[in-house]
Amino acid sequence: MHVPDGFIDAPVSVAAGAVAVVGVAVSLRGARRELDDRTAPLAGLTAAFVFAAQMLNFPVAAGTSGHLLGGALAAILAGPYTAVLCMAVVLGLQALLFADGGLSALGVNITIMGLVTVAVGYGVFRLLLRVLPAARPAVTGAAFAAALASVPASAAAFTLIYALGGTTEVPLGSVAAAMIGVHVLIGVGEALITSLTVSSVLAVRPDLVYGARGLIKRPELRTRTVSGSGGAAGEPSGAGA
Amino acid sequence: MSTKRFFIVALLVSLVLAGGVSYYASSMPDGLEKVAADKGFDAGEKEHALADSPLGDYGVKGVENDRLSGGLAGVIGVGAVLLVSGGLFWAVRRRGVRMDLRTDPDA
Repeated sequence: MHVPDGFIDAPVSVAAGAVAVVGVAVSLRGARRELDDRTAPLAGLTAAFVFAAQMLNFPVAAGTSGHLLGGALAAILAGPYTAVLCMAVVLGLQALLFADGGLSALGVNITIMGLVTVAVGYGVFRLLLRVLPAARPAVTGAAFAAALASVPASAAAFTLIYALGGTTEVPLGSVAAAMIGVHVLIGVGEALITSLTVSSVLAVRPDLVYGARGLIKRPELRTRTVSGSGGAAGEPSGAGA
Repeated sequence: MSTKRFFIVALLVSLVLAGGVSYYASSMPDGLEKVAADKGFDAGEKEHALADSPLGDYGVKGVENDRLSGGLAGVIGVGAVLLVSGGLFWAVRRRGVRMDLRTDPDA
């Protein structure tokens, strides 16, 4: 969904740029609480994985393709503030190195593919975990729904920005319907890739999934069962092995 | 699986996806490009200012073989993103605190 130069007029591009700058600045502060010596390199890897996955366009409908956006995935794996920074780095390097996404549209792209996907994706994820049982399948399912919702939300955000600053006069209702329609289909691909990735990491290192912290017990917490009598019954078997 | 091993495996997966699998990606227009063409709002589109850059459009200029050109661009991209974001995250991280040993995830 990388917006090229010329779709959005200068004033709205500048305004979106200001929104992106504020979002990144807030995230730089917030990410401090998500990153430590161990998680910082892994968060960098999350950004690299999002970049790689974004290269893999999959067909969705007649003559149309889509690719992972990755905001929901990055938020679940690394935390929402870190995810915004991941997306900003990916989108910035794509525009600067690979001529993908207009330079004047970088603010628009960070807003719709960074801020919106992370906010909607992580919001849906946390909301679902509040009502679902604290177990691994729930985390995977919540990741699926979060990713699915994040893509049409991003398309809706683009349409809103186009309504404010689009350079060509077009019927907005039909643009909104077409944008959201095709991005629901792309969202299914996003949901499959996101839930597969999250469940893969959960299978080998559940402690590295930021969004599952506190839900899935870590091995360190097991020491108590050794000293207690008959503690084996309370053993959270297999979790975090 | 140790953290180091996890890091290496995940990095290899990223490199294989960007450097190899990307060759088989669909080259059809993406959702936005398709809608813009259908609804006619691609009229305003301007050529990217850096379209002729050495890595423009995910290919290495001067490398004739498509598979090699795109694969190299992907590998360079993964490395660049890892370095820039990893460096940024290392700079902003909280020092000397193990977040994973906290009980409250939102603390």
